Amino acid sequence: MDRRESLKSLLVGSVAGGLVLNGCAPAEQPPQETDSAAQSTGYGRTPEEKERDEKLRSQQYFNHEELTTLAVLCDIILPAEADFGSATDAGVPEFIEFMAKDMPNHQLPLRGGIMWLNNQTNERFNLDFSKCSDDQQLAVIDEIAYPGKTPEHLKHGEKFFSLMRNLTLTGYYTSEIGIKDLGYVGNQPNVWDGIPQEVLDEHNLSYDPEWIARCVDQEKRNDIAEWDEEGNLLT
Amino acid sequence: MQIIESPETFDVIVVGSGAGGGMTSKILAESGLNVAVVEAGPMFDPKNDEHRTQLRWPWESPRRGASNVRAFGDFDSAYGGWEIDGEPYTRKDNTEFDWFRSRMLGGRTNHWGRISLRFGPKDFKRKDIDGLGDNWPIGYEDVAPYYDKVDKLIGVFGTKENFDNEPNGYFLPPPKPRLHELYFIQGAKKAKIPAIPSRLSILTKRINNERGVCFYCRQCSRACMAYADFSAGTCLILPTQRSGHSLKVFTNAMVREVLTNDQGRATGVSYINREDRKEYSIKGKIVVLAASACSSARILLNSKSSLFSNGLGNGSGMIGRYVHDSTGASRSAIVPAMFNRKTYNEDGVGGMHVYTPWWLDNKKLDFPRGYHLEVWGGMGMPSYGFGFNASDLNEKFGGTVGGYGSKLREDVKKYYGSVMGISGRGESVPQYDNYCEIDPEVVDEYGIPVLRFHYKWTDYERQQAKHMHETFEQIFEGMGAEPLGDKPGKDKDYGLLAPGRIIHEVGTTRMGDDASKSVVNKFQQLHEVNNVFVTDGGPFVSQADKNPTWTILALAWRTSEYIIDELKKQNI
Repeated sequence: MDRRESLKSLLVGSVAGGLVLNGCAPAEQPPQETDSAAQSTGYGRTPEEKERDEKLRSQQYFNHEELTTLAVLCDIILPAEADFGSATDAGVPEFIEFMAKDMPNHQLPLRGGIMWLNNQTNERFNLDFSKCSDDQQLAVIDEIAYPGKTPEHLKHGEKFFSLMRNLTLTGYYTSEIGIKDLGYVGNQPNVWDGIPQEVLDEHNLSYDPEWIARCVDQEKRNDIAEWDEEGNLLT
Repeated sequence: MQIIESPETFDVIVVGSGAGGGMTSKILAESGLNVAVVEAGPMFDPKNDEHRTQLRWPWESPRRGASNVRAFGDFDSAYGGWEIDGEPYTRKDNTEFDWFRSRMLGGRTNHWGRISLRFGPKDFKRKDIDGLGDNWPIGYEDVAPYYDKVDKLIGVFGTKENFDNEPNGYFLPPPKPRLHELYFIQGAKKAKIPAIPSRLSILTKRINNERGVCFYCRQCSRACMAYADFSAGTCLILPTQRSGHSLKVFTNAMVREVLTNDQGRATGVSYINREDRKEYSIKGKIVVLAASACSSARILLNSKSSLFSNGLGNGSGMIGRYVHDSTGASRSAIVPAMFNRKTYNEDGVGGMHVYTPWWLDNKKLDFPRGYHLEVWGGMGMPSYGFGFNASDLNEKFGGTVGGYGSKLREDVKKYYGSVMGISGRGESVPQYDNYCEIDPEVVDEYGIPVLRFHYKWTDYERQQAKHMHETFEQIFEGMGAEPLGDKPGKDKDYGLLAPGRIIHEVGTTRMGDDASKSVVNKFQQLHEVNNVFVTDGGPFVSQADKNPTWTILALAWRTSEYIIDELKKQNI
């Protein structure tokens, strides 16, 4: 599926029938939560925190067109690869929608940034950004994606795109797909017994034998500690 | 408003359930006394799945763990922070102080760094060494037996180094260093700075059959469902209750004041129940305040009566004076040798496996008092903010800044796990003019007058922070790391953090032999009211460059034994 197709399926399919409807008639249509993250409230919240999350989830900030544009940008920033999905596959647009409500200081730069972008493409191609062809979209993005090289009159766009890049990367790498992509393999019960030998070799480092001799013997970790009177461990 | 009186009279009422309150209530309840613990926040047990944040993934939080709701992020186990809705505090004369509070069973022990350092012999007698501040009325030899008992009861890993001011203890074996910590050891060695295994209250080895052993998730700040690290709820209060002793916990109970009778003796406490917003009172024969240094000072200052017009036990005017926090400064750096790391699970324990105790002689330096170094870094679990400005480092290390597409994936992986940092945590010199007092105009949502802080660092602390930054750069150089950001100059107080940011505030009810210059005696008993004690950080005369928890625990145990003894002698 190409970028355009996957976005289409995202917006009419899995992400949110609710968002589509809601974008058309925000006043009458209560938002429908369909993304899986929104259903997981069990992460050790106090009643006040739970209430705050629920309140934010019941609100909708971006309209359908804005969300479409955000999704296009997310997937320009992180398209799908052979092994790992795109930013939208990782649920980044929904994450940005939540963050805009959770950190309202993001609202204006994002909404205004989308309008700025539409203004650019309307001037150049007489189309909103999300309706432009890939080439047309990239023609604008290429001018604002490289801080330090942006023409002076497009600095507002650079600022917006940098924010989008930050939110996209952070949303992606804190998702299940992104963590696999990164190779983070912790957050699970295990036994730390030092740096793997091949890594030590690669870095030309070695453990000081005297230091290591005093470290925990993981074979004996379940033996209850006992000491002599001088504080020497006996077990 | 009608005050609702509890019918039961307790032998002891302990206000607060953190390190001091937890230890006091355990020792007193185990001695057969009927103990009430009054806690301002709710019940908390990390074994309870409703409370658990440990082993959760970032995507389980819709804000991916960002720190806009909880000060240290969504998964940190502190219900509170430097700012709490409805519970303000104020600052006087444009001075700075940030006050961290945690409202829950166990208080701040649920999320703390578990750095468990004994004070050394010099730390109790600093005035003898540099002429500044005051000596404690007790010495290391008075506290050492209690440090020993705390080590064995709670468990702390570390190594016997036989240093003169970093006492040995009953240590569990430490974990092996991580990769960035090996680089740190190498850098410190080149800079002729010691580096030794850290000392944290985390169970690398079993100490009893009730608590589990560390399973290396690096998440002690989330509180441990296996009870493999120290927090006052999991290791002191809950086990004491389970073993059938008389220990009753009142939760969501915000203490307003200590109640006294016409003879000037404490008779109990009054509190506001946060759930129904009604005021209650509990009767007790002894009151122990362990609400945190500043909260206990606030309660005493708000406990005014005809006999104690200045606040309970405050004839000296010393309550709130000498509040002091540790100093803190940090710098991060990047280790090019660690670019494009092979990934593996290096979570380890919740905190550093290696640290540097104070190693220099202040006589040869332009500031008094020392600091220790904490090292951090590694391939941690991403949360909100991960990946921000990911390619900015390319400006220095080659490659395109900014851009889009899969090159960003390469940028992120190139730098992942190569950033580390060092923090200095040092001893400040307590000042009479640094204080908290009752704000004459402001109350909190429970109608209780709030604290107003007045706090200024001196050049002692600024010079120390300057020295910390010089040390950081020496070590970075030795380990082949490139410092990030700028070294803060004089205009920024050399990067010295605002007082209160290190969350080691102590000294508000300091101990002493002279009742005109101190609040409690050497057993942490009010000079003026012999059935009121303070077992949090308030009685500290000086803070050392050590984290205060281990000393709070040892002193609380010592005070508890004193209370038991005095009761036997019918002195209280």
